[in-house]
Amino acid sequence: MTTTTTLTPGEPTVTARTLAGARDLPTRPSVRETVSQSLALAWRALLKMRRNPEQLVDVTFQPLLFTAMFAYIFGGAISGSVSDYLPLLIPGILAQTALTACMATGIQLREDMDKGVFDRFKSLPIARIAPLVGPAVADLVRYGTAATLTILAGLAMGYRPAGGLLGVVAGWLLTLVAGWSLAWIFTWLGTVARSAQAVQGISMMVMFPLTFLSNAFVPADTLPGWLQAFVRFNPVSHVVTAVRDLLNSGAVTGDVGWALLGCALVVAVFGTLSVRTYSRKM
Amino acid sequence: MTTNTTSQRGAAVHARGLVKTFGRVRAVDGIDLDVHRGEVFGVLGPNGAGKTTTLQMLATLLPMDGGNAEVLGVDVREHPHVVRQLLGVTGQYASVDENLTARENLRLFGRLLGLSSTQARSTAEDLLGRFGLEDAADRAIAKFSGGMRRRLDLAASLISRPPLIFLDEPTTGLDPRTRGQMWDTIRELVRDGCTVLLTTQYLDEADQLADRVAVIDQGRKVAEGTPDELKSQVGSSSLQLRLVDPAHTADAVEVVRGLVAEQPTLTPEAGGITVPLADANRAADVLIGLRQRDLPISSAAVHKPTLDEVFLALTGHGTEDTRPEPEMEPTR
Ligand SMILES: Nc1ncnc2c1ncn2[C@@H]1O[C@H](COP(=O)(O)OP(=O)(O)O)[C@@H](O)[C@H]1O
Ligand SMILES: [Mg+2]
Repeated sequence: MTTTTTLTPGEPTVTARTLAGARDLPTRPSVRETVSQSLALAWRALLKMRRNPEQLVDVTFQPLLFTAMFAYIFGGAISGSVSDYLPLLIPGILAQTALTACMATGIQLREDMDKGVFDRFKSLPIARIAPLVGPAVADLVRYGTAATLTILAGLAMGYRPAGGLLGVVAGWLLTLVAGWSLAWIFTWLGTVARSAQAVQGISMMVMFPLTFLSNAFVPADTLPGWLQAFVRFNPVSHVVTAVRDLLNSGAVTGDVGWALLGCALVVAVFGTLSVRTYSRKM
Repeated sequence: MTTNTTSQRGAAVHARGLVKTFGRVRAVDGIDLDVHRGEVFGVLGPNGAGKTTTLQMLATLLPMDGGNAEVLGVDVREHPHVVRQLLGVTGQYASVDENLTARENLRLFGRLLGLSSTQARSTAEDLLGRFGLEDAADRAIAKFSGGMRRRLDLAASLISRPPLIFLDEPTTGLDPRTRGQMWDTIRELVRDGCTVLLTTQYLDEADQLADRVAVIDQGRKVAEGTPDELKSQVGSSSLQLRLVDPAHTADAVEVVRGLVAEQPTLTPEAGGITVPLADANRAADVLIGLRQRDLPISSAAVHKPTLDEVFLALTGHGTEDTRPEPEMEPTR
């Protein structure tokens, strides 16, 4: 017996406890447990990210490339010069890279769910939401990287945000909040779609209109009227306007409020839907 | 240490009329199971019989389409979270994280099960040692052998020291030596007071490990009993001998008749003798008898009844495997 009873000496085994009363065990995880389980799964996602650095291309090269490309191609046409375009462009790129980054959240979740380890997550006494929240929390690192690089690229190209340090930090934070919130749309797609490819396809169809039919790269008043209506309704436009206000004037405008409200709404709706489909899939 | 008695109140698993349908396929078609505390219960059946589906319903991984089940007295449908606290589940395919090392995997599952960071670390070390994985603890799991993966998988299921363990085909695809090690590990679990519900495609595995066995076929239970009871329904093992000198055949037959009172079948020109055995242990008596009479043999083998033969006897059809599975490849 001694060879196999050395796991945690002195502690009663679960066997002993449960023979006393399996009925006394908690019937659902507490909030504190849910948080610690989500953090453990965020740790896992960070390890995974470190092992597969190629997955970081969309938050490193892409923002640098897009910032430079858009600035030099459209700068003259839209704003007369590159430096005049940057205050308009940088917040747009911030929103766009955050969206691309959170699209990857859904695709990777789908890939992950098809792997054996998710079977174990399902069989463990953990909160059903933890395997969804964990990767989402870890992805804050991705949004943070993308936002930082975009701002640095802008500064290198001559962008001088009038909002000052505080405005830049606030805009950076809002980008992270927006990325994290909008990611729940793609997380939900990840739980309903049949394959990672399907998630990719659908996500593209969601992402392109959201980014390009917004005020991210051009002023909305240059667009035809029917398009302006959509652009105004698009939550990405509110985020872009809010980030612009913060970066370029340091002002906490109404759009900041709208952006945050929109984010909260997206999390409430798609977070609930995600957990529901994920739990039902088991 | 808890005792292995089955007299404790309540069964480990008590299931009635389990049903699961996938489209038109009735994967599980009204199965009853009673697993007593402290025993090893084997679910024996060919590929596609419904073993995995049954286990997954009991483990809260698949919703039941019909019937009801209790695990250690807890209703599976009503209180899945409680059932998950009582169970260690090791699936047919490794359910560990390929992106993490063995050590990181065990620490992650420890943290998820509510251990503190230090507890998770020390439990991981203990389990790595116990399962002989210390040397591979920091290597990529992708490079693990099938046996190592299974051991890690089982280790991960033991972190919370669950009183009831489900093992889905724990040795399918393992080489004989690794299989033997896995059997030893399972026996240790039972000595520690665990109840084990395992599935297998091999009668000899059920025979080696299980106190009781349910044979299932096409989603239905076709027999239940101790391994000996099942085998006795099928007939016997046989001893296949080859004599060095075929001229000794008549003498050898005389020895065999004297010892096991059975009529052997012969292939005289090659010196071959096949002896039916009611009890495989009588093989040794026959071999000793031949040596005492100085009748040398060139080979001897005991042939046990196979699952195929059990099936044929129980269902009237064999274990025709319509879609053979690649052994270690996840087919999802
Ligand atoms: N997710 C699924 N969708 C459709 N059919 C399934 C699914 N899982 C299992 N089956 C079918 O149910 C039957 C029983 O499968 P399974 O429980 O895996 O058998 P075993 O584990 O005994 O090999 C098989 O015919 C299999 O093809
Ligand atoms: Mg199976």
